[in-house]
Amino acid sequence: MQIAGQKSSLSWAVNISVVLLVGLWLFPTVGLLVSSFRTSDQIYTSGWWASMFPSEQNLTLRAGAPEQQVQEGGLYVIEGRLFSAGKSAEISVWGVSSRAIDSYRAGETAPLRKGGEVTVQADGRYRMTNTEPFTGSRGQRIFVTATTPPEFTLRNYQNVLFDPSNSEGMAKAFINTLTVTIPATIIPIVIAAFAAYALAWMEFPGRALLIAVIVGLLVVPLQLALIPLLKLHNEIGIGKGYLGAWLAHTGFGLPLAIYLLRNYMVGLPRDIIENARVDGATEFQIFTKIILPLSFPALASFAIFQFLWTWNDLLVALVFLIDSTGDTTVMTKQIVELLGTRGGNWEILATSAFVSMAVPLLVFFAMQRYLVRGLLAGSVK
Amino acid sequence: MHPALQGILTILVGVGGCVGYFYLSNQFLDKVLFPARGKNAGRNINRANIVRPWLFLLPALLALGVYLAYPVVETLRLSLTERSTLPDGSTAYAWVGLDNYRQMFNEPKFWEALRNNAMWLAVVPALATGFGLLAAQLTDRLKWGNIAKSLIFMPMAISFVGAAVIFKLVYDMRPIEQEQIGILNALYLYFGGKAPVAWLTIPFWNNFFLMAVLVWIQTGFAMVILSAALRGIPEETIEAAIVDGANPFQVFFKIKVPQIKGTIMVVWTTITIVVLKVFDIVFAMTNGQWQTQVLANYMYAKLFRANDWGVGSASAMVIMLLVTPILVWNVRNARKEMD
Repeated sequence: MQIAGQKSSLSWAVNISVVLLVGLWLFPTVGLLVSSFRTSDQIYTSGWWASMFPSEQNLTLRAGAPEQQVQEGGLYVIEGRLFSAGKSAEISVWGVSSRAIDSYRAGETAPLRKGGEVTVQADGRYRMTNTEPFTGSRGQRIFVTATTPPEFTLRNYQNVLFDPSNSEGMAKAFINTLTVTIPATIIPIVIAAFAAYALAWMEFPGRALLIAVIVGLLVVPLQLALIPLLKLHNEIGIGKGYLGAWLAHTGFGLPLAIYLLRNYMVGLPRDIIENARVDGATEFQIFTKIILPLSFPALASFAIFQFLWTWNDLLVALVFLIDSTGDTTVMTKQIVELLGTRGGNWEILATSAFVSMAVPLLVFFAMQRYLVRGLLAGSVK
Repeated sequence: MHPALQGILTILVGVGGCVGYFYLSNQFLDKVLFPARGKNAGRNINRANIVRPWLFLLPALLALGVYLAYPVVETLRLSLTERSTLPDGSTAYAWVGLDNYRQMFNEPKFWEALRNNAMWLAVVPALATGFGLLAAQLTDRLKWGNIAKSLIFMPMAISFVGAAVIFKLVYDMRPIEQEQIGILNALYLYFGGKAPVAWLTIPFWNNFFLMAVLVWIQTGFAMVILSAALRGIPEETIEAAIVDGANPFQVFFKIKVPQIKGTIMVVWTTITIVVLKVFDIVFAMTNGQWQTQVLANYMYAKLFRANDWGVGSASAMVIMLLVTPILVWNVRNARKEMD
C-alpha cells in the first residue's frame, strides 16, 4: 500500500514537471503565433497572454459633440454609442471625471459639471440630457472600465502574403526560399546516394580512408568556406545567385548525407545484392532498382534535415545568393531586415516569422518519425 | 516570366542535370567505352567495374573537395596575406605572415567574442544536454510522453532567425507607464520589479538571454537521442537495483546515467559544434552590440562590413582550431568502429 502511494505521488510529480517543461518550451512560440492574429493596437495595449480571455480595460471615450444635439420636448439631447461600430464591450463602471472614473455603475445616471445629466448603459449606449443647450466644440469625456471579448484577425496574413503593393511582403521571398530549398535538397541526395553506394558495396582502393575523411568533414565549420568560395564563384562567373547557393548547400550537406546513407546501406542484406549480381544485373540497375527503394527511410531522414537546414538558413543566402538588387532575397533575410526597420511593428514581424515557420513546422510534424530516425543514425554510433 | 515559373524551370534544370550525369555517364561506360560484348567482353566488364566506383563518387568528391577541403587550405592562406587593390583595379595578395593574427589579438572585440564563445561553450551544451536528459527521463513512462516530446522537440524545426523573433517578443520592453507586452518584463514587474528592463542591453547578462534561445532549440535534439539511449538500457540492471532497494533518483544517477555516458558525450560534442558556429541568433538579435559578440559574427563583420579578408580569415581559422579536437575524436571513433 505504502509503495503504491509513493508511486502515485511520484507519478503526479512527474506529470506536473512535464506539463511545466512543455509549457515553458511552448510558451514563446505560442506568444508569437497569437500576436500574429492581433491588430497592432491590441498588441500594444495588452500582453498576448491576456488576449485569450475577455480583458478589462480602462478607456477614455467621448460622447458626441454638442453640434449633434437634438431637441426633444423641452430637453436638449445627445444620444449615441461610445464604442465604434462592430466593437462589442461590456461596461461595468464609469465616471465623468478623471479623478473618479468608477463612480457609477452601468445604467446609472450622473450629473454633469456644466449642467444636465448623462446615462451610460452596459453596452456603451449613452443619453445626455439638459434643459439648456450643450455648448463647446468637443464631446463630453466619459471614463469607462469595460470588458472586451477576445478578438482576432487574419488581416496581418493578408497584408504580408497577398498585398501586391507591400514591398516588404513575404510572397516573393517565399517563392525564392522554395527555389533555393528544393534543388538544394534533391541534388545532394542524388549525389550522396551514388557515393554512399560506392562506399558501402563496391570494392576499390582507398575506401576506408575516404570514409574517414568524410567523417572529418562532417564538423568543418562552413564559416571557413565563405570567402574562398565567394572568390571562386566570382572567378568562374557564377557570381551570386541560385546556382551558387545550390552548390554551396550541396557541398555543405554532402558529408552528413553520405555518412547517413552509407551507414544505412551497409546494413542492407548482402544476399539480395549478390543474388542480383549473379543474375546479371548491372551495378546501375542494382542501385536504382534495389538499393534506392530499400534505403527510403534513410533518404527521407536526410531529405528532412537538408530541407529544414536550407529553408532556415541565413548565412549561405547572405553570402552566396542575395545580390545588391535583392531580387533573390529569402525569408530569413527578409525577417532580419524587418527586425531592423520594423523592430516595433510586432504584427508584421510576428506574421512574417510565422509565414516562414509554417512549412518547416508542417514538415516536422508530418515526418517526425524519419527525423528522429535520422538523428539517431547520425549521432549514436 | 512569372517568378514561380522561373523557379520551377531552374529547379528542373538543376535537378535534371544532376540525374542526367549519372545516367549518361553509366551508359557511356557500359555501351561506348567498355561494352560488355564482342571478344573483350569479360575484360571490359572488369575494367568498367574498376572505373565505376569513381564514376559514382566523382560528383561527391568534387563537391567535397571544392566546397570543404579547398576552403580550409585557402582560408589558411588568406589569413596569412593582405588583400589590396592595385591601381589598375586588380586585386593583389601580399604575404604578411602572422600580421593578421597580431592585429586580431590587439582588438578588444576579438577577446570579447572569444570570452563570450567560451561562456556559450560552458553553458549551452551543459544546459541543453541537462534539460534533454531530464525531459527524456520524465517523459519515458508517461502516457502522453510522445506528445510532450514532440512539443519540446518542435523548436528544432524553427529557424534561428524565427527563434530570434520569438525571443525578442519575450524580452520586449515598454516604458513603465505602458502595459508590458514581453512576458519576461510582465513577470518581472508582477513579482516586484521596480522598472522594466531592456534585457538584451545589459552587458554580460545579455549573453545568457541569447544563450537561452539556443538551449531552447537544442534541448529537443538532446532529448530525442538520450531518450533512445535510455530505452536501450537493459531492463535487468534497473530491476536489480530496484530489488536492492534503490530509490528512483539512485536508479537514474547511479544506474542509468553511467550506462549512457557515451551517448551523452556524443550529444554534448554535437551541440558544442553548433555553439562554435552560432551566428544567426546573435546577428538577428543584437548583432554583437552591448558586448554580445561571438566569433562567427565577428568574422562575418570583418569579412563583409570591414571588408578585411585577412583578419576575417584569421578568425575563421580560430573557429577551425576550436573544432579540430572534436574532428580528431570523431575520426578516431569512426575508425575504431570500422575495424
